Amino acid sequence: MKRRTLLNRLPWLVAPGAFALRAQAESQPERAALPALTRVIASSGETIPVVGLGSWITFNVGNDRAARTQCAEVMRAFFGAGGRLIDSSPMYGSSQGVIGDGLQSLAGRPPVFSADKVWTSSAGAPQIETSRQLWRVPQFDLLQVHNLLAWEQQLPLLQAMKADGRLRHVGITTSEGRRHREVEQIMRSQRIDFVQLSYNLLDREAEERLLPLAQERGIAVLVNRPFRQGDLLRPLQRQPLPGWAGEIDCSTWAQVALKFAISHPAVTCAIPATSSIAHVRENLAAARGRMPDAALRKRMAGHVAAL
Amino acid sequence: MSDWWTYRLGDFLMFSPATYARLVEQYQRDVWPAQLIGLAAGLASLWLARSRHAHALRLQALLLASAFLWVAWAFHWQRYASINWAATYLALAFAVQAALLLSLVLAGRSETPAERKWTLRTGCVLALAGVVAFPLAGLLMGRSWSQIAVFGVSPEPTALTGIGLLLARPGWFGRSWHGALLVIPVLSLVIGAATRLALADS
Repeated sequence: MKRRTLLNRLPWLVAPGAFALRAQAESQPERAALPALTRVIASSGETIPVVGLGSWITFNVGNDRAARTQCAEVMRAFFGAGGRLIDSSPMYGSSQGVIGDGLQSLAGRPPVFSADKVWTSSAGAPQIETSRQLWRVPQFDLLQVHNLLAWEQQLPLLQAMKADGRLRHVGITTSEGRRHREVEQIMRSQRIDFVQLSYNLLDREAEERLLPLAQERGIAVLVNRPFRQGDLLRPLQRQPLPGWAGEIDCSTWAQVALKFAISHPAVTCAIPATSSIAHVRENLAAARGRMPDAALRKRMAGHVAAL
Repeated sequence: MSDWWTYRLGDFLMFSPATYARLVEQYQRDVWPAQLIGLAAGLASLWLARSRHAHALRLQALLLASAFLWVAWAFHWQRYASINWAATYLALAFAVQAALLLSLVLAGRSETPAERKWTLRTGCVLALAGVVAFPLAGLLMGRSWSQIAVFGVSPEPTALTGIGLLLARPGWFGRSWHGALLVIPVLSLVIGAATRLALADS
C-alpha cells in the first residue's frame, strides 16, 4: 500500500473538504459495513453522503408501471446503501412524479435530501409548487436555478422562500462546462448554498476556478455527469483496471470515476443517474473505503486521458 | 438559450431508447386493431386521390384530418407527452393541422387541382411510402400487425402520407393554403428524424 493513498487512520471522518480514508484495505463485505463518507454543507452544517442519485433520463419512464416499480426499487437500494440526496428537475419529464411514487412506496420515512430545480423564465412559484406536489414532500431541501435560466428573477424567489423557512438551501446549476464565467460571478456576488456543475476524469475545467472558489466561499458542490452520461465509461470498460485502482478499493471503472470526483476536497456530492439496482449499489460502494490523494488523482486523470 | 450552439442533438434527448420503445409498443398494443382501420383509411385515401371529383377531395381531406387528430390525441398528448414535454406542442401542431384541413373542407374550399407532373409523381411516391412502405417494412422486419407503424396511428407515416397527398394535389385548397398545410407535417418529420438519430446515437 502506498503512503500517498492514506491521509489518516481514522475509520471515517466528517469535515468540510476532508477525506475519510481507510488505513487498511478491507474486503468488499467489510467495506459495505462501513458508513458512507459524508461531507458537510458549509452554510447549514448538515452532513450528506458524498454519492447521491440523479434522475435525468433514467427516471423519465412515463406511465410505464414496470419501469416505475424498477425506479422505486433503485431508490430502495439507494437508501438501503446509505444514500440520501436525490436530484431532479421539471425539465426531466416524468422523473419528479416517479421519485414521488418511489418515496411513497417505501416503508417509513426515507431519509431523502430532496434537490430539485426551478426551470422557467416566467413565474417560478407555481412551477415549484407543482414539483413539490409531484415529489410529495412538505418542502425541498434544495432548490436550484436550472442552467441559470432567468436566475436574476428566480434566485430572489428562492432566497425569499429560504428566509420564510419554506426552503433549506438555494443553488444554481450548469452542465458540460457551460457559462462558467457567469457561474463564477454569481458565486461571488450572490448568497448561494450550492453550485451544481459537471466534473469528471476528463472534464476538469471546474478545477481551475469554480471548485477553489466554492471552497473559499463555503459553497457546497454537486457534481453532475461524473460518467459523462456513460460516454466516459464505455471506452474505459474495454481496458483493464490499473493497479492503483486496488489501492483505493475500486473494483470497477465506475468506482474509479466516482472516487475521482468525490475525492476533490471541494466536492460535496456526486449525482450519477442510473436505473439499475446493481449500479446504484456499485456507486454507493464508491463512497466507502480509501480515497485517492492529490497525487493519485493527478495520476488517475493522466491515465484516463492517455487511453 | 444564449449558448445553444454548444448543445449536441443527444443533449435534447430526455428519455432512453428502451423507454421510448416500450412506450410505442404499449401504445400500439393499447390501440389495436386501430392499425387495420388506419391501413384501410390510408388505402382509401390513395384510391380517392385518383378522383378529381369535389366530394372525393373532401372525403380524402376528412380522412387526413381524422388521422392527424387521432395521432395528436392518442399518441402525442396521451402517451408521448409523459416522457417528452415537447410532445405537448407536437399534439397541438397535429390538432391545428387537423383543424385547418377540416375548416377548409367545411368552407368548401377544395377545388379541382391543377396538376403538375413532378409534384404529382413525388406526392404519389411519398403517399405510397406512408401508407404501404412503412407497414410493409415493419412486417418484413418480423413485427406483428399490432406492432407496425401505420398511417393514422403513428406520427411518421401520417405526416409522410399527408405531405404526399398535399403534393399530389397542388391546387387542393388553393395555392395560398397549400404551402401552409405542408409546414406542420414537414416539421414533424424533421423532428421525428432528429429523435431517431439521437436515439440511435445514445
